[in-house]
Amino acid sequence: MKKVLGIGILFLLVYGVTGAMNPNFLQPYNTENLINWTSLYGIISIGAALVIVTGGIDLSIGSVVGLVGTLLPWLLVQQHWSVPLALLACLVLSVVIGLIHGLLITGLRLQPFVVTLCGLLIYRGLARWLTHDETQGFGNAYDGLRKLATGRIELPFAGAYRLPVTLIIVLVIAVLASFFLNKTVPGRHLLALGRNEEAARYSGIRTNRLTILAYVLCSFLAGVGGILFALDVNSVQPAGQGNFYELYAIAAAVLGGCSLRGGEGSIAGVLIGAAVMRVLYNSINVLGLSTQLEFAIIGLVLLLGVTADEALRKFQARRC
Amino acid sequence: MATTVEIPLIQAAGLSKHFPGVVALQDVELSVTKGEAVAVIGENGAGKSTLMKILSGIYQPDSGEIRFNGEPVALTSVNVAQALGISLIHQELNLADNLDVAGNVFLGREPRRMGLLDKPRMRQQTQVILDQLGASFKADTPVSDLSLGQQQLVEIAKALSLDAKLIIMDEPTSSLSTRESEVLFKIIQDLKAAGLSILYISHRLGEVKRIADRLVALRDGRNVGELSRSEISHDSMVRLMVGRDMSQVFAHTPCSPGEEALRVDGLQTRAHPAHRVSFSVRRGEIVGMAGLVGSGRTEVLRALFGAEQALGGEVTVQGKKSVASHPREAIDAGISLVPEDRKALGIFLPESVGWNSSLPGIERHAKAGLLRNAKAEKQDAEQVVSQMRVKTTSLDTKVGTLSGGNQQKVALGKWIVLNPQVLLLDEPTRGVDVGAKREIYQIMEKLAGEGTAILFVSSEMEEVLAMSDRVLVMHEGRLAGELRRSELSEEAVMRLATGS
Repeated sequence: MKKVLGIGILFLLVYGVTGAMNPNFLQPYNTENLINWTSLYGIISIGAALVIVTGGIDLSIGSVVGLVGTLLPWLLVQQHWSVPLALLACLVLSVVIGLIHGLLITGLRLQPFVVTLCGLLIYRGLARWLTHDETQGFGNAYDGLRKLATGRIELPFAGAYRLPVTLIIVLVIAVLASFFLNKTVPGRHLLALGRNEEAARYSGIRTNRLTILAYVLCSFLAGVGGILFALDVNSVQPAGQGNFYELYAIAAAVLGGCSLRGGEGSIAGVLIGAAVMRVLYNSINVLGLSTQLEFAIIGLVLLLGVTADEALRKFQARRC
Repeated sequence: MATTVEIPLIQAAGLSKHFPGVVALQDVELSVTKGEAVAVIGENGAGKSTLMKILSGIYQPDSGEIRFNGEPVALTSVNVAQALGISLIHQELNLADNLDVAGNVFLGREPRRMGLLDKPRMRQQTQVILDQLGASFKADTPVSDLSLGQQQLVEIAKALSLDAKLIIMDEPTSSLSTRESEVLFKIIQDLKAAGLSILYISHRLGEVKRIADRLVALRDGRNVGELSRSEISHDSMVRLMVGRDMSQVFAHTPCSPGEEALRVDGLQTRAHPAHRVSFSVRRGEIVGMAGLVGSGRTEVLRALFGAEQALGGEVTVQGKKSVASHPREAIDAGISLVPEDRKALGIFLPESVGWNSSLPGIERHAKAGLLRNAKAEKQDAEQVVSQMRVKTTSLDTKVGTLSGGNQQKVALGKWIVLNPQVLLLDEPTRGVDVGAKREIYQIMEKLAGEGTAILFVSSEMEEVLAMSDRVLVMHEGRLAGELRRSELSEEAVMRLATGS
């Protein structure tokens, strides 16, 4: 809980400073976009968090976003599949990817880092090969479907501020994920396994099944994110779509209080973590800083956040 | 001319140390003379470890004075203490197992030649010390190839290479086999003869009796008494430590066992594939499993619990066949295991008492096996804490902050909510003080009285002799024999355990 508070303060700080320095930052259009992108990144960050909680890592998230993102328009526009079938195919593919990761990690005892690093390369290669590296998109068609990502809901009394549909999607996912972690048996078992896999096994927990479940959920959410990202941008470049997204997702999860050692994490924190990343990115644009500095600034803030958290933990440990 | 009074090698007076909320030491005195072995005994939390850490420069005392060879000294760091000739050997050995013996002995102060490691010199100097100790391994043996007893020798060799005058040993035999302990005792004798002083912390009163020239007892951070060699006896030591009498510590009353609860036929483990182990345990029976470290006792328990796959054999619990390939299957069949390595396998140190205590039961209470029932879980946790008499301020206290004894009570107690038919205990009182020991024995006794079949592995002879209705003795992977309570004696167990 304290961690959520810390990251919340960081968020308000970055948000407040940017808003004060450039009032345009708070304009409806910008706010809407900010929420939309936070929601999209939030979805894949929750997936990353579920894997990080087990003490694992998933480096393939960005490539899954890229593969699913190219596959969906390709299936619809080039192969003329029906919308439900194409969506189903994308989600099934994501689940299968997660299943393969989980089976390799638990069955062959391969390291998650290595397995998902190979995934990162393979899925990116497949996406580019499938489409001959040609940009994919929906054109002007599939307007209804694209509303999933681009839709905005008018709110009473909110004036020009509208609610992105993606926010509703990410909130539903967040509530489900949080409920899963905190209120269900497999959720508690997942946290136990992240704390200490052997002790969890000695407590009668089927650790392998849970590990597989975590990777499946992560890839599934990467697939959901991949679909929404593609619908949002409408122009998907197989070589670039989703590049580095796994790192944003992992960064959001870590900022949000997940320990890479496993066993710790709150979904609310992860969402705020994702928001911090997006606000930072946005503030670089809005404040007219050189966009070339983007990575450097995000990296620095991330480092500061994690350092402050560790310092706080040491301080608390000394007090009790 | 005045007669020379022998000045103690180290003399501490009025040592006090406070931690937030706790007085760890209060006006403690201790002295050791040259060539003397002094034992420090006391329950967990009595302040033994704090005292040792002060004497070896890890902690600074809040007040008090330490004299070394009569000179007041400030032991401001481990390096200062080592330079004076004080070496501490930790209970959990601190060796780099990717290096060889010489590499460990000279770790951090490697001899160099032209800026590069001078391996030949390191090995040669190490070998001299190893020969002196009568070690069976060489200076270039990788530490990972050594047994725990041999690793202990490496620690001692390291202390000797530092030219130690005082060696502090914290629970040195806690992970050694009987044979390895014997070697250690012999070495301690030799070190004493060579003029070194030993400060020895142990829970094992039997060995204190053998080694110590003098004994200092601590309770609640204070000196509570000192015994000279002639005064040291089992009862006098226990009385000093807990203020209770011996007979109260071990209180087993033999039971009248019921029907067969666990039957093991031809169990074959990976560690000893050539042997098959068969035995049975009846309801209400407490069966001890004795044997040297490495005799295959732990492997038998692990195979019964499904923590490792058995190569062959049949296990029957309450008439039902059940060969577990995962602990989960064993638990469902009614078998629970409290593993030896509490901190790595038994409990989750960073989590709370409530979290740990409720873990095994959460699935049984869950709606549709999925939705957790927080209320029932809390009741489970409260039951564990009250039945096991876990000393904790609340259910939210982190288990890692409890004493070893209370941690062990949680590791054992978390299973009682499942009412296991068969309870397997691996070294149930390892690293636990006498007070908590007694409580754990009482709980074993109570569970047996309620019909649980208990099989426990122990390397503590007293425990095996005192608590068992029957003893199974393992020797190099096979069941060397079985002793009824009436046939039990230390000699009989040792004869079977050593295969003689």
